[in-house]
Amino acid sequence: MDTDIAGFNMRQVMVSAASAEIKNGEVVFVGMRLPMLAFFLAKSLHAADAVGLYELGIARDSVAPMPLMTMGDLPNLSGSLWLADTGDMMGLLQRGLVDASFIGGAQVDRFGNLNTSYVRDKNGKVTRLPGSGGACDLASLGKRHIIIMSHEKHRFVERVDYLTSPGYGTGVEWRKEKGLTGGGPSAVITTLGVLRFDIKTGEMYLASTHPGVTVEDVLKNTGWSLKISDTLSVTRAPGREEIDILKNLDPGGFWTGN
Amino acid sequence: MAESKLLNLQDAIKRYIPSGSSLVIGATLETMIPFAAGHEIIRQGKKNLTLIGPISDILFDQLIGAGCVSSVKAAWVGNVITGSGYNFRRGVENGSITVEDHSNLTITMALRAGAMGLPFMPTLTALGGDLYKTNTGIKEIDCPFTGRKLTAVASINPDVAVIHVQRSDEHGNAHAWGNFGIAREACLASEKIILTAEEIVETEFIKRDPNRVITPGFRVSAVVHAPWGAHPSPAPGFYNRDHEFFLEYREFSKNRESFRNWLETWVTPVRNSGDYRKILGAGRMDSLKIKNHMLSEGVDYGY
Repeated sequence: MDTDIAGFNMRQVMVSAASAEIKNGEVVFVGMRLPMLAFFLAKSLHAADAVGLYELGIARDSVAPMPLMTMGDLPNLSGSLWLADTGDMMGLLQRGLVDASFIGGAQVDRFGNLNTSYVRDKNGKVTRLPGSGGACDLASLGKRHIIIMSHEKHRFVERVDYLTSPGYGTGVEWRKEKGLTGGGPSAVITTLGVLRFDIKTGEMYLASTHPGVTVEDVLKNTGWSLKISDTLSVTRAPGREEIDILKNLDPGGFWTGN
Repeated sequence: MAESKLLNLQDAIKRYIPSGSSLVIGATLETMIPFAAGHEIIRQGKKNLTLIGPISDILFDQLIGAGCVSSVKAAWVGNVITGSGYNFRRGVENGSITVEDHSNLTITMALRAGAMGLPFMPTLTALGGDLYKTNTGIKEIDCPFTGRKLTAVASINPDVAVIHVQRSDEHGNAHAWGNFGIAREACLASEKIILTAEEIVETEFIKRDPNRVITPGFRVSAVVHAPWGAHPSPAPGFYNRDHEFFLEYREFSKNRESFRNWLETWVTPVRNSGDYRKILGAGRMDSLKIKNHMLSEGVDYGY
């Protein structure tokens, strides 16, 4: 979509949609990059009282006083609620005190299992990706987690090559069988739409397409026969205020473009 | 008075990190990563190191690219703001390094078990996941009290922890502030500790604020004065993160040859922190300095 005409681009729609997943007053475990922007946008709009936890050992109830490139930038430490150990943040998570978390992914499957470790191409060549970081922990232990990633056919696969961060495994009973205490993924926000999970089966379905995106675009870029919601809608386009806030949060457009 | 542990960086690395060592270097994920110490390890041509850590930004990628590493036990290896670590990727794909895949929580538990003198620590993470397939130190157990499934993480006791701090006395009593990552577990779990410090201060200065001490000095083997020793990562109270450096590194690390050029610029010609700062340049250092100060109030430890 032409940014000049619409006034927004797809990355901004993604961040806006992700921020809408956060409710006011929630405790949110914030991941690297786009998730961080989504959290800040939520805090600037409808979730002013949300508290952010960061795996580095930071708890913070305010948006940093300057734009950040990453959560370890000093403005994100300055004036925080608590500077502590990674183990402290993980303890809060493991005790079930984290409402929502955001994670990015390289490969996802129909049950929301996420791979950020090893991918195999058609010829069997394995590419090594950075690994879990905290993603496995957030996906295992948070009450719900929101996945943010690029929607491409080689990323949306029938079954992940490696299960770094658990979704619903092979179906909705799987998490309980394995002993996982977290609730599992609640949404996948992509460059094309918002996907959610059928509570009866644990399978992902298309809930909304972003403005200007067709269902065919989504299906073409998904590696299994994706189910479509009966109440399919169009993702809400970010308004002027949101775009302005995003531009302040990411003034160089490094994450969300110009 | 106890003996001084103050050494220059060359001697500290030479004495305490022989080839084949296992080490935590960069325990704080994004901040306070001991890059100066890592670069000295590269210059001394150490081999067959095992790197242990959660996320150490691009330091692990540099050590792997320089051929110092045979194995990695980590949660994430890459470039935090850009993604992939290309040397890491090449190393795994050509089989020159082996990896035990952790999450941030499992590596924390491995070091916490080491710190507590226990064989393992239980956690609820990773159940049903593939970390089990690529880490021999992760196994499922049943809780002896509730019967529920738990992930047992085998302890890790590294040979050495290299930790960057804001200030230390010459005996290894050191103040650190900011986020701690897994630095405290890493110190307690490791056989030896090397501290690199922005400033060397008097012991009395440290003792006036013992809550800020990262680990007890009697366990520290060496203290190195290393101003700007965490650059390009940020050091609270001293300098901000040098984002440009990480973006440049991404380009240089894309292939082996340009990575060699990167080493020739930033690592090989450096003999001490003065050399490094000269290459960095006064203008760049000025732009990274702390500009918005926020000083805490002192507290009364008196009786």
